[in-house]
Amino acid sequence: MPPLTDRTWLWLAAACYLAGAALGAVSLLRGRRGSTAAIYLMLATGYAFQTFGLYLRGVAVHGCPLGNKFELVQFTVWSAASLYLVVGPAFRLSLLGFGTALLAAVLGLVALFFPEWDAERRTHLFGGNAWIEFHAALALFSYGVFGLLALVSALYLVRHHGLKNKRVGGAFSLLPSIRDLDVIGLRLLAAGVTLLALSLGVGSVWWIREPASVNLFKLLATVGVFLAYALALGLRLRGRLVGRRQALAGTGLFLAALLSLTPVNASRHPAGPVTPPAPEGSAR
Amino acid sequence: MTPTGPLVFHLGASHHTAPLALREKLALPPERAAELHSRLPASGLPELVLLNTCNRVEFYGVAAGPADLAALETAFCAVTGLDPAGFAAIRAHTTGPAALRHLLAVAAGLESQLLGETEIFGQVKDAYAAAQTAGRAGPVLNRVFQKAFQAAKHVRTHTAINEGQVSVANVAVELALTIFGDLCSARILLLGAGDIGEKTAKAFQSRGAAALTVANRTPERALSLAQSLDATALPFEHFPRHLGEYDIVVGSTAAPETVVHAAAVAAALERRRARPLLFLDLALPRDIAPEVAELENVYLYNLDDLGKIAAQNLAAREAEVTRARTLIAAKADDLWRQIVARHG
Repeated sequence: MPPLTDRTWLWLAAACYLAGAALGAVSLLRGRRGSTAAIYLMLATGYAFQTFGLYLRGVAVHGCPLGNKFELVQFTVWSAASLYLVVGPAFRLSLLGFGTALLAAVLGLVALFFPEWDAERRTHLFGGNAWIEFHAALALFSYGVFGLLALVSALYLVRHHGLKNKRVGGAFSLLPSIRDLDVIGLRLLAAGVTLLALSLGVGSVWWIREPASVNLFKLLATVGVFLAYALALGLRLRGRLVGRRQALAGTGLFLAALLSLTPVNASRHPAGPVTPPAPEGSAR
Repeated sequence: MTPTGPLVFHLGASHHTAPLALREKLALPPERAAELHSRLPASGLPELVLLNTCNRVEFYGVAAGPADLAALETAFCAVTGLDPAGFAAIRAHTTGPAALRHLLAVAAGLESQLLGETEIFGQVKDAYAAAQTAGRAGPVLNRVFQKAFQAAKHVRTHTAINEGQVSVANVAVELALTIFGDLCSARILLLGAGDIGEKTAKAFQSRGAAALTVANRTPERALSLAQSLDATALPFEHFPRHLGEYDIVVGSTAAPETVVHAAAVAAALERRRARPLLFLDLALPRDIAPEVAELENVYLYNLDDLGKIAAQNLAAREAEVTRARTLIAAKADDLWRQIVARHG
């Protein structure tokens, strides 16, 4: 039996994430708190498969696999899952595991279902420059943090809607408290902004050295995302963007950040050769 | 099932059979309980547990024969001063597996006035412990009560019989928890010194509320209530200026018009930044202007809202009763088979 391809490992990962999301959904529909341990186990298994899949892809493209939209989305999902697995249990937020599994399953499957997103694979993308690779990985990791923030914000909006409409029983009773969601949301926002600032700082050094190597549109999109999140953080700290508005910003900005990946990906700086993907089922 | 084992019985009266005025007469404080025991035949009732709560006075025991049960009834009426015919009218009496089913249902809160409440579990435990100390719990009742405790825990774990709060005060606390997570840093302002406000304040304190302040239009009453609740008093006319310092505001005044206005709350929010504010309006007429609910980061619940949540929770509990009774019946029948096998 030939070894599994990177995409097959990523399919397995998405299946595990989907199983975790299904476990959470069944518990939710039955109005009961699901087994956090079972969802965590499915997430951890999916994460292990995804890590191995991305590792295989990284070996194949000779660098961090961030060369096309498929890889960008997969890496963002991996970042969100990493963060949840490390700090999620400490947050002690019910439904966050379910939400993470759902987000990872949806984004992972969407990326897998669009073969054209993975039609071209760029090798030696960073030209052997570890700093650029670090900059890109950090930026995508911050997107993963913002993904978790969007989840927490969505939970906040549902909880807020329930409380304003006097609905606190049934599935609403399984939601975390408004205050907990607010505190975790602020921490995630601060962490995401810090990571993205660090990424931009590292990237700016390269840009100053070789301005021509950075596409203006990519630069504007990335800085735009950073400024929007930084503004949200500033307003939140000054008490000007709180409650429902902050949650709306958390979800809306993540959608905008995801949408910005397409133009960012399309305007990558010239790098190594473009290779067609290997057929599904064969080892790379 | 026909009982063929020892004469295990339950005898007594509860809120199901007797009105409050009569239940008051039935109560057996320690000295009367001691007198009752002194009147009982020495060998006829080898095992006897007395469960004495505000809603029930019940005996669970093992009798040598029906005459001993009659002796218990006679002694009980003599001690309480109740007419035997009057007691016969309110008496609940079961034997064998039916008695076991009753005890298990009582311990699980299925027979409680507030369906599914858990306080009764502790009361049954105390009653059993008292009987043990007095040497009135023997091999049969030891097994029966241990199994009753296990069954009650099983029912609580496997059904939703005690999920959701069913009293207004506890619903208010549960609501606060859905907003603040815990109450260890929550500051509470109680407006008015009404009974329902006081009960709610006590419920908040029992869940670890950080600080409680009382503001009442009659300063003496505010001071007196604040002292009894280990709280601080605030002059009523000053509370609008201090609204921003509190996380939960409970309105329970008898004021004929609203005392908390949207403008004052909007000003308070300026000082609170991101921290939400919960208003619980337990007064009739209402203390808090309905427009307050429209403000960002503010949640307003009035008496009707809390009542509806309590009713929903109660309905959810009631929907679990059949399932809980099925579990209880299976456990009780199994227990009865064990008793017959060991002591029959």
